[in-house]
Amino acid sequence: MAEVTLVEAVNLALAHEMQRDADVLLLGEDIGVNGGVFRATNGLLGRFGRERVIDTPLAEAGIAGVAIGMAAMGLKPVAEIQFSGFIYPAIDHIINHASRLRNRTRGRLTCPMVLRSPCGAGIHAPEHHSESPEAMFAHMPGLRVVIPSTPARAYGLLLASIRDPDPVMFFEPTRLYRLFREEVADDGEALPLDSCFVSREGRDATVVTWGATHYDVLAAAEQLGEEGIDIEVVDVATLKPLDFDTILASVEKTGRCVIAHEAPRTAGFGAEIAAQICERGLYFLQAPIKRVTGYDVVVPLSRLEKQYMPSVERIADGVKQVMEAQ
Amino acid sequence: MGLDFHIDHLQLLSPAGEASESAGPIAEDAQLLRRLYRAMNRTRVFDAKAVALQRTGKLGTFASALGQEAIGVGVAAAMAPHDLLAPSYRDHGAQFLRGVSITEILLYWGGDARGSDFKAARADFPICVPVGTQVAHAVGAAYAFKLRKEPRVVATFVGDGGSNNGGFYEALNMAGVWRAPLVVVINNNGWAISTPRTIGTAAESLAQKAIAAGVLGRQVDGNDVLAVHVAAREAIEKARDGGGPTVIEAISYRLGDHTTADDATRYRDPEDLKAAWAREPISRLRAYLAAKGFWDREQETALLKQCGEEVEAEVARYLSTPAPKSDAMFEHLYATLPPAMRLQLEEARRFAPGEGDGHG
Repeated sequence: MAEVTLVEAVNLALAHEMQRDADVLLLGEDIGVNGGVFRATNGLLGRFGRERVIDTPLAEAGIAGVAIGMAAMGLKPVAEIQFSGFIYPAIDHIINHASRLRNRTRGRLTCPMVLRSPCGAGIHAPEHHSESPEAMFAHMPGLRVVIPSTPARAYGLLLASIRDPDPVMFFEPTRLYRLFREEVADDGEALPLDSCFVSREGRDATVVTWGATHYDVLAAAEQLGEEGIDIEVVDVATLKPLDFDTILASVEKTGRCVIAHEAPRTAGFGAEIAAQICERGLYFLQAPIKRVTGYDVVVPLSRLEKQYMPSVERIADGVKQVMEAQ
Repeated sequence: MGLDFHIDHLQLLSPAGEASESAGPIAEDAQLLRRLYRAMNRTRVFDAKAVALQRTGKLGTFASALGQEAIGVGVAAAMAPHDLLAPSYRDHGAQFLRGVSITEILLYWGGDARGSDFKAARADFPICVPVGTQVAHAVGAAYAFKLRKEPRVVATFVGDGGSNNGGFYEALNMAGVWRAPLVVVINNNGWAISTPRTIGTAAESLAQKAIAAGVLGRQVDGNDVLAVHVAAREAIEKARDGGGPTVIEAISYRLGDHTTADDATRYRDPEDLKAAWAREPISRLRAYLAAKGFWDREQETALLKQCGEEVEAEVARYLSTPAPKSDAMFEHLYATLPPAMRLQLEEARRFAPGEGDGHG
């Protein structure tokens, strides 16, 4: 078993599935000869040829649209939108077609496609390269929304996403791409697309998180542990459809909940989780829910991005607030 | 193709119904011409009925193809059954020839998604409302056929308005690069709701938009079903032989409103409409068929009677289709309904109306 980074895990999963299933093909900008701007598709052109690893013209709407046409005819396209800040031209196709093709044709045509896109801040990228748009897609019926937080989860969830018969938005936190390595067995084992991961068990409070923030929540957990606060960490990973039962069980156990995510707060996906806790678990709570999130501001340029993202310090502070509340 | 370009314009039948000398074998193919003529009439009879149904509250908003029957019919008649159609919302003339039923089209516009679950033409795309997006789907499907070396061609329709849309350009550009087995038909009916073609684009022709994508573009008289059919057949054969995509700009005129929700008298000069009626496709073909002895008054009477009866029978089938149950909203949303949605499905059931909730 090899220790790999998250971006290498993405590459392993793509290669594994392309090898296993001739219907899987990749398309996107600079994914072929260049191997993707983050190298997620490195080496795949050489292995699988340009008919299945397609360097497309620079046209995000077109990429999403042709992927739908391919998927409707039984291929399993995995399209890359180079940065999630450039996904907006593709939204027409994603929402008006990919998400509803099965429903509007009563199952006659389906759309087994994956749309991969790097997301999030923290890599000193230029403007429009640091967005966290997951909540917009989680709002749309018919889509799955997945965000891995570790190399192993990236591998297993991407395999599952490609094998899933419905469209999946697969967001890859750029900050985690090369942040750490972990052992990943390239064994073709997929992870479930409908269950949250309990990354760390704890008694005192639940922190619900996903994506790059998950890394900081685990760091905060270590710090808080030294101070005698034992938190449970739930990595949502599959935002839509949401496995709320795992979250609810954790909140029932701890009685306190912090929701931490990088996207802006208002109408962020944390709001949905908080609302569901209020609907189904209000009486488990010993303190008001606390959200630690990106601010309701335009994602700042790189000099301020660290102050925008939920830091270990802010997460720990949020946990202390729910611990202190009576 | 050099830096100079030329757009070929094809017309085989004049508005008066006279065949040009270069019309070729199609002008003598009585069987084919009668088939095209019947299909165009069937579309027109259906259109009139659908508008009447809407006016009497028995159908939702509907987009008539009045005056543009030659385009859908001419193209679809050139397609093989295993080819694929990616229609816009004004292409039921083509869809009928693909095997889509009148009942299905009525169900769709009557607010019932079962109208897109075609019993025939199982692979064809459903009606596409977001303008121009269907072109990308057509390109993707064509790519799939090419990759699998299946000898199938995709035909898609877009309006003159849709050809001004970014999605059209992006998709066409990709089709050019990939030499996709594709025919893109621009139904240039002169109007994008109230926006006339003249202020939609400064391009002299819409066909020339293909040139920028390295794709062959040609114009046809879209009210001349012979020209439409010949151009479509050539484009489909070329695509099937690996020759790549073609754009066909079919020039016609929208004799009706944009949809039943529109009132074209607000923005259209009645004189223009009157002039356009003189060029419409059905009477010119009838004149030709009659002059050739391919068609007579008795056949005409029988055809219209048959179309009327068939449409009435399908309308009855449509009107007697019970409304879907609330579960239908949840069915086919995903391959398997996420367990978390079970509660919503049950909530909808609890508040669902009783039996007997029909159309209107």
